[in-house]
This record gives sequence, structure tokens and C-alpha cells, in this order.
Amino acid sequence: MGLDVLSLNYTLSIVMAGSFILGISSGVLSSFAVLRQQSLLGDVISHAAFPGITLAFLWMMTKDPLGLFFGALVSGWIGTLLVKSIVTYTKLSMDTAFGIVLSVFFGLGIVLLSYIQRLPTSDKAGLNSFLFGSASTLLLQDLIVMGLFCFIILVFLGLFWKEFKLLTFDTSFMSSMGFPVAKLDMLLTILLVMAIVLGLQMVGVVLMSAMMIAPAAAARQWTSHLGLMVFLAGFIGLLSGCIGTLVSNAIPQVSTGPMIVVVISIMVIISLVFAPHRGLVCNWIKGYYHRVNIRANSILMNMLLFSESKTDPYHCHQLSALVAIGRGPSLRTMLQLKRQKLVQNPQDDLWGFTELGYKKALTLKKSLYSQSHEH
Amino acid sequence: MVKPDRLTDLECAVVVQDLTVAYKEKPVLWDIDLKIPKGVLLAIVGPNGAGKTTLLRSIMGMIKPAAGNVAIFGQSIAAKKRSIGYMPQRGTVDWDFPTDALDVVMMGRYGHIGWFKRPSVNDKKLSLEALDRVGMADFASRPLNQLSGGQQQRVFLARALVQDADLYFMDEPFVGVDAVTEQAIIELLKELRNQSKTVVVVHHDLQTLADYFDWVSLLNVRQIAYGSVADVLTPENLKITYGGRSSFLMHNPVIT
Repeated sequence: MGLDVLSLNYTLSIVMAGSFILGISSGVLSSFAVLRQQSLLGDVISHAAFPGITLAFLWMMTKDPLGLFFGALVSGWIGTLLVKSIVTYTKLSMDTAFGIVLSVFFGLGIVLLSYIQRLPTSDKAGLNSFLFGSASTLLLQDLIVMGLFCFIILVFLGLFWKEFKLLTFDTSFMSSMGFPVAKLDMLLTILLVMAIVLGLQMVGVVLMSAMMIAPAAAARQWTSHLGLMVFLAGFIGLLSGCIGTLVSNAIPQVSTGPMIVVVISIMVIISLVFAPHRGLVCNWIKGYYHRVNIRANSILMNMLLFSESKTDPYHCHQLSALVAIGRGPSLRTMLQLKRQKLVQNPQDDLWGFTELGYKKALTLKKSLYSQSHEH
Repeated sequence: MVKPDRLTDLECAVVVQDLTVAYKEKPVLWDIDLKIPKGVLLAIVGPNGAGKTTLLRSIMGMIKPAAGNVAIFGQSIAAKKRSIGYMPQRGTVDWDFPTDALDVVMMGRYGHIGWFKRPSVNDKKLSLEALDRVGMADFASRPLNQLSGGQQQRVFLARALVQDADLYFMDEPFVGVDAVTEQAIIELLKELRNQSKTVVVVHHDLQTLADYFDWVSLLNVRQIAYGSVADVLTPENLKITYGGRSSFLMHNPVIT
């Protein structure tokens, strides 16, 4: 019994460490993939990597993680090269090239997988976990390879930070300065392939593209600074990894990889709705205040029109008179203006400027007048 | 003013000989000869699809020509990359990129900084000065997606300025800017010229050509005419360049 608990904890900590590494590496690189408008390339790479895994297994006849990762890396890389050459040498568009490479490679992988299933070797179990992901098959040796890949990704990202930033923002300016743009592009793509390949066992070929889009999409909502975005995307990836692992551990029969994807999707939704500046809620609020402001200003302008016909600008009028000359003045807006001390109503239903309101109306008129003369 | 064919190579910032560029066997530039003297403000003018941007990019070595030679200050492009400043068209980048104006200007220093290193305090200082020169000092930490079209153009100009080059290529710097910004930009370009730097600009407005530029190249796949604005801007040349539509483009053609 005691041994059982211990072994469970051991498995859990392996899985936890795995989701940790997966979260950081895919989060960090997803930022570049999304900003370079290559988020769908992630889906292509993960599917293209699949036949590499099966071929590597057929070659070695064991599930040595380094060999499987290497096979995935090579075939994922060949997939991206194919996409590029299809776009360059044929008249097919990018999305068609994506579709072709994704389906052909994935189909090949499935064919090889079904062939492997009929082989009399014993080690073949667990290969199909690469399809939908399965964290429970994760071993310490897998973890070491994942950690190695993640380390390489982070080191290269640190070394070529400013080059990758410029590559993502403005390629033509970069090449005008003599940077080897094609080589840097290749390097960044290789890092992208590495980040995808290292997550395949946990999340699976089918869902991996979510990990290459979601962390960056969520992080972009919160910041307008690339460094912070990359950091935040890594953190969001890591957090989703941990939460997903814990949740799937708490609920029996729920696999970890898909749970991580569900958690990270929830984070995207939260970010899209609630983030400051870019979030939907923020936009609604901004829009509301904008409308209120415009309505209030137009009432002040209308009151100014009235005041010009009297010697006393602070003379009070009935609300119905204001309604008659312009759209919109409602009791609610008038009360709002009163709260801002821009209008007064000394008697029921009699409204007039305060000193502050009169001044504001005059400046409004002035600014409107100068604007209409500029254009 | 010297006639272009009298220029010696020594007097030139750029010498282009027999340059031909083709995309998939369709010629985009055909047999271009161009000698750009040092210290002039030169406009490249022509209709859409004339190959203006392609000419800039081929001179800078970003496009491999099918035939021909380009020399920058008498040397190959690769040797002279640091002497070149470039302002691409504003529409070529995503202005929702997560960074601020200062960071974009600082990118102009990357060619000087070298591999693996970060921008230094001095690079930052130069970039802030450049933002100040284009009247954008208050916008240094403004996120890119909050800049107006004219402000984006100024940021790109500032980025070219910090490249500290002797030869500038600017692709349609006046597109989408208001009159005030256009004046500010042309003043800066004239200032560069007065510091005996060479500035090559892809331009669209024939009305302002004579006010803004010393030299002009009329381009439509072939080079139609090249020389001082007064010599080149004739109704006949414009007609050849724009194919009979030139009367709409210019109310008062310069007749010499």
C-alpha cells in the first residue's frame, strides 16, 4: 500500500515535470509562430512528424526516446520544407500546401502504425499514445530528452533574441542590413519543430497545434511588449500544464494531454474577454463611455445654441425645449451632467448651464469649429 | 548641373550597369543604367508595377538580378551594407506587433551592434535623438498599434536615420501622411542631402517633384529618362512613362 502511494507520486512528479517543460517550450515558441502568422504551420509540423516516429520505431524496434524524437524532428522538418517548396514552385496557395502535407504525412504515419500493430514485437504498445497523447506512458528517459530540447530552445532564443525579433517584425529591413535572413528563418523554424516534437508524446499529434497557438494568443491580450509576451506565454503554458496534470490526476480516466489543452483554451477565453485594452469587456466599457460622452457633449452644444438667443447664458429651459431641437437629451443624461456639475436645475424640469458647463460648451464649440476648418 | 553621362565613377554613390531583373522569366527591370552622384536627392518615379521597389531592392542586394552590376561607393554591396539606410513601405509590416516606437527605431542599430549583443546605452541614446528629430520624442514608449499612419512613417524614418548611413533608400515615405508630416519629412531629407548624403526616394506626386528633388529617374520597366528634374520632366517623357495618361497627373508640365 505504502509502495503504491510512493509510485503514484513518482509518476505524478514525472508527468508534472513533463507538462512543465512542454508548457514553457511551446508557450515561448508559440509567440513567434503566432506573430509570424505561422500558427497553422504548427498543425502541419505535428502531423508531419508522426510518420517519423513510426519509421524511427521500425528502424530501431524499440521506443528509445532520443531515436523517436529524432525521427519526428527529421520528418517534421521535411514537412515544412515541402510546404515551402510547394508554395515556391507551384501555383498552389499556402493553405492548400498545408492541407496536402498534413494529410499525406499523417496518412503515411497511420499506415505505418497499423503495420507496426501487426508485428510480433512486444515494445510496440504506447506508440499510439502519440496520436492523442498520454502522459502516463512518460518515463524518466523521455523527460531527459524533453528537458534537453527545451534547454536548447531557450539558449538559442536568448542568443538570437534581437535577430528573431527583427525577423518576425520586418524581414525586408533585416535583409537590407545584410543579415542572413534565410538562415535565421531556418533556425527559428527548427526550434519551432523541436518545441512541437517534444510535446507530441504528452499532448498528441492531433492536439499539439493548440499548444502552438493558445499560449501566445492569450499572452498577446495582456501585453504590448514582446519580451513580456514571450515570458507570459511560457508562464501560461506552464500553468496550464500543471493545472491540467492535477485535474486529470484527480479525475480517473481523464488523460493529461487533452486536459492541458482544455485548461489552456479556458485561459484563452478568459484573456479574450477580460484583458485590459484588448479584451471584449474593456471594449464594451470603452464604447459605452464613448457613447455617453458624445450624448452629453451634444446636449451641451444644444444648450449653447439656446443661450446665444438670451443675454444671460445661464438662463434655464425646460427639458422638452432641448428635446425639440436635438436628438437624445434624456433625464438620465441630464442627471449625469448635473453630477459632473456642468448643468443645474434650480426648479423641477428647468435646466441651465453652470459656470463650468458654459465654459466647457464654449471650448467644445471652438474645437469643433477649428476641426471643420482643418479639413 | 552635371549631365548623368558625364559623371565619373568616383563621383558616384551608386553605379548600376545593365541591370535586368526577372520574376519567373518575366522581366521586371530591363537593362537599367543608373549613375547616382554623391550628395543628391533623387526621385524614382513611374506607374504601378514599373519596378521601382524592385530597383531599390536590387541595388541593396536583396534581390539577385538576372544580369548586370551594382557598385556602391565603388565597392560591392556586401562590403558596403553598413553605409546603407533603408525605409521600406509602411504597409510591409504588421503594426500590431507587440513593441513600442523606441524599440522599432533601435532596430536600425542592429547592423552596427553585432551578433549575440544587446543594444547599448549609446544605441538607445541615438534612437531617442532620432525620434526627437522626427518630432516623435513624446511617443518613444507608445505601443505600435496606437500610432497613426503618419506617426508610423516617422518611426520608420527615425529607424533609417539611426542607421547612420551615407546612402539612403526610401520607399514611398509620403504615402498616407498629412501635409505637415510630409513637410517635416522632406525637410529632413534635404538636411541629409546638405550633409552630403545621398537620398534615393520612390515618389508618386509629380506636382511636388520639382520642389523636393534635384534629380529624377523616370522608370517603367526600362529607364525612360534620367537627369535633373528640369531636363527630364517633359510631357513627351511623361507620356512614354505613363502611357498617355500623364495629362491627368500633371497640370503644369515643366517645359524646357
